[in-house]
Amino acid sequence: MIAVVGASAAGLTAAQTLRREGYGGPLTVIGDEQHMPYDRPPLSKQVLSGAWEPSKVSLPSTVDDVDWKLGVRAVGLDVGGRQLALSTGDTLGYDKLVIATGVTPRRLPFGSSLAGVHTLRTLDDALAFKAELAAARSVVIVGAGFMGSEVAAVASALGADVTVVDPLAAPMIRQFGPWLGDLVAKLHADHGVRMRLGVGVSGLVGSGRVSAVELADGTSLPADVVLVAIGSVPNTAWLAGSGLSLTDGVDCDSLCRAAPNVVACGDVASWTHPVHGMRIRVEHRMNATEQGMAAARTLLGKGSPYAPIPYFWTDQYDVKIQAYGTFPADAVPSVAAGDVGTGRFAAVYVADGRVTGVVGWNLPRETRQLRARIGEPA
Amino acid sequence: MKVTVDQDKCVGAGQCVLLAPDVFDQRDSDGVVVLLQEFPPAELHDDVRQAAQVCPALAIELAEQ
Repeated sequence: MIAVVGASAAGLTAAQTLRREGYGGPLTVIGDEQHMPYDRPPLSKQVLSGAWEPSKVSLPSTVDDVDWKLGVRAVGLDVGGRQLALSTGDTLGYDKLVIATGVTPRRLPFGSSLAGVHTLRTLDDALAFKAELAAARSVVIVGAGFMGSEVAAVASALGADVTVVDPLAAPMIRQFGPWLGDLVAKLHADHGVRMRLGVGVSGLVGSGRVSAVELADGTSLPADVVLVAIGSVPNTAWLAGSGLSLTDGVDCDSLCRAAPNVVACGDVASWTHPVHGMRIRVEHRMNATEQGMAAARTLLGKGSPYAPIPYFWTDQYDVKIQAYGTFPADAVPSVAAGDVGTGRFAAVYVADGRVTGVVGWNLPRETRQLRARIGEPA
Repeated sequence: MKVTVDQDKCVGAGQCVLLAPDVFDQRDSDGVVVLLQEFPPAELHDDVRQAAQVCPALAIELAEQ
């Protein structure tokens, strides 16, 4: 029996790939949510805005002959004995295992129990947040990464007064550096969203329900609703004591192997990228699919080193930002197509004399074409 | 093989164009998929299947006989 722990994009793709590539034995997929697999990127965009009915996020889950165990968590793993412990109290023996348990939003060390304080990862999270957003006047978003920036755009379009807080100097600076970050900051300013940058959050205030967010500089921001979007932590607590290496999520080799007969994929898995030669973990939708396929092939003895060119995107207001490759902190961007002034451009990032990545701003075709330059001398 | 695309779900990743440029293209304005051939010839079927599998929005549907 092959067990897949995790019923989101990576786990689903692994299960589909196992069947497609000829595995005919028993297959069990375990998911901690009650829902059949669904797509997460629309949650902070089309679902939150109301453009899509929530049911539209469901992923086509046509896999032959799967035992779905939904609403069930894996709580322990015995690698040597090939057994999973489940939240139901049952144990489940397996021959081979796919770990695809994803990540959980990081929380602030305070205020999580106040009503009106949200994180956003699951469909249920999105619907709960959306319900409160509809009546909110003042929304504070903690964190100006992808999630915080996307939600700021949606919330302001819904008519809320939106403030984004981040201790760094620009939104999405971790992903793309200050040059693009400043352009994103301007985009938000143009739409009336306030960015409080370079200052951290020191407290969430309220009795029962949040009423304000306190900043480290002494400012207090009124808030009816707060979204905490400060990144995620890999779901590996259930693997403590399993003997698996867990320095960055589940540590895998270049074939997605964490141990004999155990592979990992998606947000939870780090691996040694054969081209970059270092351990990376990629929390993007495209990687869930590609690594799910790669991990499944490894389990079937058809594996090859997993060497993707990462792809990710974000939609904010009428801007689509797309990125191929990697964007190290020391990479220098330069415009390679279009023009920043026209709102349509693509930039290549160069580090150590080579192109590491391409980012496009409302210029999808040219951005895709520039992807071919990744790895080449600048 | 009959190919259908969901332009509403498409996120403009362009992976399909990279894999099967004779079957898929992107709109210039927003990168949304444009289907060039609804019934691609047999020699392109493997590429089209791969495109459908890697699409990060699963916006490509194939009906195979």
